[in-house]
Amino acid sequence: MSAELKGFLLVAILKIVVVFTAINVGVMMVIWAERRISAWMQDRLGPNRVGPQGLLQSLADGVKNIMKEETTPVRGADRTLFYLAPMMSFVPALLTFCVIPFAAPLPGFDVTWPLVGRLAYTGDIPMVVADLPIGFLFILAVSSLGVYGIVLAGWSSGNKYALLGGVRSSAQMISYEIALGLSAVSVLLVAGNVTLSSVITLQQQSVWFVFALTVGFVLFLISAFAETNRLPFDLPEAEAELITGYHTEYSSMKFSMFFIAEYAALMTMSALIATLFFGGWDVPFTTWDEGPPSVLGTLVTGAVFFVKMNAFVFGYIWVRWTLPRFRFDQLMQLGWKVMIPLALGYIVIIATVVYVLGAMGWEVRLAYGLALFAVNIVLMVALLWGVDRGRLLVGSRQRARMAA
Amino acid sequence: MAIGVTVVRRPDGVSYLRATLKGMALTFGHLFQRKVTMQYPEEKSQPGYALSSRWRGTHRMLTDEQGRAKCVACGLCPQICPANCIKLVPGEDEEGHRYPLIYEIDEFRCVFCGYCQEVCPEEAIHVGVHYENAEYDRARFVYDLERLCAQTHPVSSLWDPSDPRGE
Repeated sequence: MSAELKGFLLVAILKIVVVFTAINVGVMMVIWAERRISAWMQDRLGPNRVGPQGLLQSLADGVKNIMKEETTPVRGADRTLFYLAPMMSFVPALLTFCVIPFAAPLPGFDVTWPLVGRLAYTGDIPMVVADLPIGFLFILAVSSLGVYGIVLAGWSSGNKYALLGGVRSSAQMISYEIALGLSAVSVLLVAGNVTLSSVITLQQQSVWFVFALTVGFVLFLISAFAETNRLPFDLPEAEAELITGYHTEYSSMKFSMFFIAEYAALMTMSALIATLFFGGWDVPFTTWDEGPPSVLGTLVTGAVFFVKMNAFVFGYIWVRWTLPRFRFDQLMQLGWKVMIPLALGYIVIIATVVYVLGAMGWEVRLAYGLALFAVNIVLMVALLWGVDRGRLLVGSRQRARMAA
Repeated sequence: MAIGVTVVRRPDGVSYLRATLKGMALTFGHLFQRKVTMQYPEEKSQPGYALSSRWRGTHRMLTDEQGRAKCVACGLCPQICPANCIKLVPGEDEEGHRYPLIYEIDEFRCVFCGYCQEVCPEEAIHVGVHYENAEYDRARFVYDLERLCAQTHPVSSLWDPSDPRGE
């Protein structure tokens, strides 16, 4: 084995282990955070007994769930798919994170250790498990696999409520996948590339895309809520109507796997929003993190990425405990009649602007970003004016009155 | 339509955006508000959230200076008990003092009406201001005389007709 191969294997395995562990521990922490924050919002305290501030509550719940009895519906259930479904939703949720860069690159190394011999890594070590050239497409492809887990869970349970949850979730995820993909196309248009690391580089050179592509960000954020089945779009679960929908029949660790998958998807989506629109691991107002790689730079940018990601995780939790659930026809109406046309129109506008700026010979630099920002302010004002006061979105009550 | 119901006329165009932002601001404000949770085993009462002195819990038999139960086995409490949960076998000593040979209360049958305390002429049996009664065995819920005398929790003041609000 050559020194380069050994170095590559070491780095790859370390990154996989670190990211896998970080996501699983992160899921535990996010579940704890969700419970604490929801409690605070309701003037309660939340779990605060297990470990300091209740941090180990999720661990205790995990142990409890492993100990619990696994029940399988006897009549009407498809056992094979019933066992397969939790894995089908668990794996894609963990898999999507592997293309998201979570820190600035580390410098390469060339060392000689006892027992293993010489290890070398030429060039910078990108802080991403797999720096795929198709980065963003990979995320879209794999995250939509998660819907199989939910649909199969609903179908194989042999329970009508579970089936309804599964059907709803497939309809919802397919609808919003389109809006999600289309709203991100604007980012790809400006970046001219689907690799997430180059999206970050371009944001460092110009401005964060939340400024350059504000409307795209808003559309992406809303679709992301639907994509991760969070309130106000949590129709697949809909406790009040479907007794938690697709995982009604699941118990013990199989149920927990759906739970972990949901929160892993939440974290991945937050990380993706941070990467696409908030500069990823970029430290704002500074340029030293774009210089030559260093260990300190990696640590600091990693921390910055962590903060950005968790800001969105908090946002998700905050929205969940504020807004009520949409009705299913409202959800579909919003998805097909509002989100998709808006995203399509936005692509046309951004494509035009990108073409014009390109024809004028502008590079993606600060001025380029500011020009896009100006266009987006106009679009955002128009959008808010249209959405507000029932000009675009109309409640059923008001529609009835207008028809009369 | 029920009496006293006013129908609020809703505005024509609902601003979803403003409503959402308003709701978000509200929940965010509540993040930092004082929490109402009482940390139960450590904290058993808070200002405004304490047991009433009229609370009727498990019984307690009061004793005299010599540590004997004040009960004179008159038989009024088993007589008035609507749940029939008091078992009393009276006895009499050489000087003619009556005392209970057996005095048992089945706390599972008891409905905690407090009539036994109200009817007792010696102010011996009382219902208590007390609620932590867990046991490992159902049989342990039949309290005998010794157990009733050993209880130390405060006793109920019951409802006083001359002071209906307990002021």
